[in-house]
Amino acid sequence: MNEPVLIAEGLSKDFTLHLQGGVRLAVLRGVSLTLRPGECVALTGPSGAGKSTLMRMLYGNYLPGGGRILVRHRDRLVDLAAASPREIVAIRRETIGYVSQFLRVIPRVPARSIVAEPLRAAGKDAGTAEREAERLLARLNLPERLWSLPPATFSGGEQQRVNLARGFAYPYPVMLIDEPTASLDPGNAAVAVALIQEARARGAAIIGIFHDADVRRAVATREYPVMPLAAAA
Amino acid sequence: MSDAPLLAVRELTVRFGRTLAVDRASFELWPGEVLAIVGESGSGKTSLLRAVHGDLPADGGRVHYRLDDGALVALDALPEPVRRQLARTRWGFVHQNPRDGLRMSVSAGGNVGERLMAAGVRHWGRIRAEAVEWLRRVEIDPARIDDAPRTFSGGMQQRLQIARVLVTRPRLVLMDEPTGGLDVSVQARLLDLIRRLVADLGLSALIVTHDLAVARLLADRMLVMQGGRIVEAGLTDQVLDDPQHPYSQLLVSSVLQT
Repeated sequence: MNEPVLIAEGLSKDFTLHLQGGVRLAVLRGVSLTLRPGECVALTGPSGAGKSTLMRMLYGNYLPGGGRILVRHRDRLVDLAAASPREIVAIRRETIGYVSQFLRVIPRVPARSIVAEPLRAAGKDAGTAEREAERLLARLNLPERLWSLPPATFSGGEQQRVNLARGFAYPYPVMLIDEPTASLDPGNAAVAVALIQEARARGAAIIGIFHDADVRRAVATREYPVMPLAAAA
Repeated sequence: MSDAPLLAVRELTVRFGRTLAVDRASFELWPGEVLAIVGESGSGKTSLLRAVHGDLPADGGRVHYRLDDGALVALDALPEPVRRQLARTRWGFVHQNPRDGLRMSVSAGGNVGERLMAAGVRHWGRIRAEAVEWLRRVEIDPARIDDAPRTFSGGMQQRLQIARVLVTRPRLVLMDEPTGGLDVSVQARLLDLIRRLVADLGLSALIVTHDLAVARLLADRMLVMQGGRIVEAGLTDQVLDDPQHPYSQLLVSSVLQT
């Protein structure tokens, strides 16, 4: 039951900037992290240390420079760092969810459908997916009149709530959460905290960036410091 | 997701005189997958698409396609009538300019019905009913069914072309800059439509575009072409957010942020 669901081993990341004469920026070295169900690890460290870079690597969005990312997907460990794009698509559909800070708005697609989309992709019928989407939007206090509108014109806080609802619609075993409360008022921040606690309670393993110390204390079971390479050296 | 690719392109090469338009391009496309081919004008992306479709003769390499019975066949080894039948029913090609994909003097309903007839449907009532249904699906008022597409706006013509292609329920659709030349608001509507139809019908699609935002919105994976060669391939958001090849980095960094 309490087998690890994610094991990062010796992860490193450099960016080679070909347009700047091939300069190489070293961002991460030797990152190793094991995550079990029900845990919530808060990444800490100063801005620019590479916390978001690490999260993006764990989602397959950035290509790791070295190391392994073993993820428990369909009852076996798959190395995300060596997985094909199609395997990553499948892992993202069923196993790893990513709640970013910003909503990627799709023209003409209403908030309700954006939230329901991960459930649809996982095979739920439209009715079930939309009911679940509405339940989450209501819980995050998004006014009902906005549900059928595309979020392009929503405020930052409204967009973030749509994004949170979308991120929590499907019960991923592993969740990556980047600054979930950044543009929320205290009431909605409390809802976000509750969603994270409930995800943990159902056994989700979570890695997050939580700059707000109260939020971090409320959700994290431990911290993992990410230090800038120059400072660590 | 199936474990067998629908399309497997191997070392496909196209020459125009002494110029290599496509230089040993290899890739696979799986059922239900959308693959974008991006690059600037002259990178060879449209030539690659046309060579896959068989409109341009290949100077080397092969295109393999999985038939409905599961057999993987080299297209150039198929008898011509079988290839033509595939092109009329199981494959679809959406041209950048709808004039290249529609018959401008034939009614909207006729344009959609014609492809059904080419696929062997003979019952007029059924053809008419399907045409009405498809006009509705691409958001064209069925009252316009007897109007010729030359009386339509550019966006409507493009949607009609998509209806014409999809009416036979193809498995594979090739699109050449399907939103090129359209106003931004019209583009958004068309992209949303393509996105929904591809998902609802479980289509496999190969989409050539110079617009990285179109690739991000529609494609699971993407190929970056430069000078006839595929210089980078991968998951769409990974290639766009962490491009590895110098040319991919140049493409991504050249996009204006809004």
